[in-house]
Amino acid sequence: MMMGWIGESLASIRSIQIRQLLTQAVSLGMIVTSALIIWKGLMCVTGSESPVVVVLSGSMEPGFQRGDILFLHMSKDPIRAGEIVVFNVDGREIPIVHRVIKVHERQDTGEVDVLTKGDNNFGDDRLLYARGQLWLQQHHIMGRAVGFLPYVGWVTIIMTEKPIIKYLLIGALGLLVITSKE
Amino acid sequence: MHTFWYRANAVLTFAVTILAVICGMASLSDNFNFPSPHAHVQVLNLNWFQKQPNGNDEVSLTLNISADLQSMFTWNTKQVFVFLAAEYESPQNSLNQVSLWDGIIPSKEHAKFSIHTTNKYRFVDQGNNLRGKAFNLTLHWHVMPKTGKMFADKIVMTGYRLPEDYR
Repeated sequence: MMMGWIGESLASIRSIQIRQLLTQAVSLGMIVTSALIIWKGLMCVTGSESPVVVVLSGSMEPGFQRGDILFLHMSKDPIRAGEIVVFNVDGREIPIVHRVIKVHERQDTGEVDVLTKGDNNFGDDRLLYARGQLWLQQHHIMGRAVGFLPYVGWVTIIMTEKPIIKYLLIGALGLLVITSKE
Repeated sequence: MHTFWYRANAVLTFAVTILAVICGMASLSDNFNFPSPHAHVQVLNLNWFQKQPNGNDEVSLTLNISADLQSMFTWNTKQVFVFLAAEYESPQNSLNQVSLWDGIIPSKEHAKFSIHTTNKYRFVDQGNNLRGKAFNLTLHWHVMPKTGKMFADKIVMTGYRLPEDYR
């Protein structure tokens, strides 16, 4: 049954003419490029280098759970206490999403010193920062969270933790595009 | 074979689109809620006020915080995060915001509260500018939705003036 279906598909692939093959290549290219356009467009609009992030830890529970998606925005407005920011710490690969609890803004330069804490954590984030680092500065901060969508991020969590599923999905989608007649 | 997958694909796409539209509408409906919260904060006692060995001033306060935030809750509200910050200006810094207390309100039933607490986070200045300093107490809140846009606002309340001497 399965073999028969694969054989059928292969036959159908062979039977397509060059012209059809090109059309399909173009439509596949359109899908990839439009995804890229949307992503880069979002980067321009939000001003953040990664406009969408997936929550990976439970440190902001019950507000944000693992697998939720956050939309980021990076405006010129200065960082204020209470905002949820995404920041990178030197020497750490994965950005962290936590809430700002202290802000000190310099009078002359306008630079900010910021301290963050996860809502669900007992203490502040100084233990997570680089050794000896007491404050976050503006350049550590990638964006502030403005919107929230639950559960959707599980797709990417599953795909990064079980790469086989990713390859199966890409393969199946590719096959679907190639074998589709119209 | 193809028709099955085409139909499955069409149904899935349609379902996801509808879900996205409903999420968008739920988030938009929050814009029709105009909350009218009340809050009152009182500094009951200055527990201690001293200079740390590293030169920064530190204060410990006992506070009474009462608030009614019930009007913030809509059907799309997962929780309200509320915190009290001391805000002041110092010669070096144009703005200092120090969170003194925060709490998560999980539902409307818990949104009317009155608590008696010492400051949960350390009230430490960047420097030693706190003697005789008046600061504002501001109650901030952050409404976290079940889905969609987050809202934040604040009430600035009367502040407190610290004494001229450490104690």
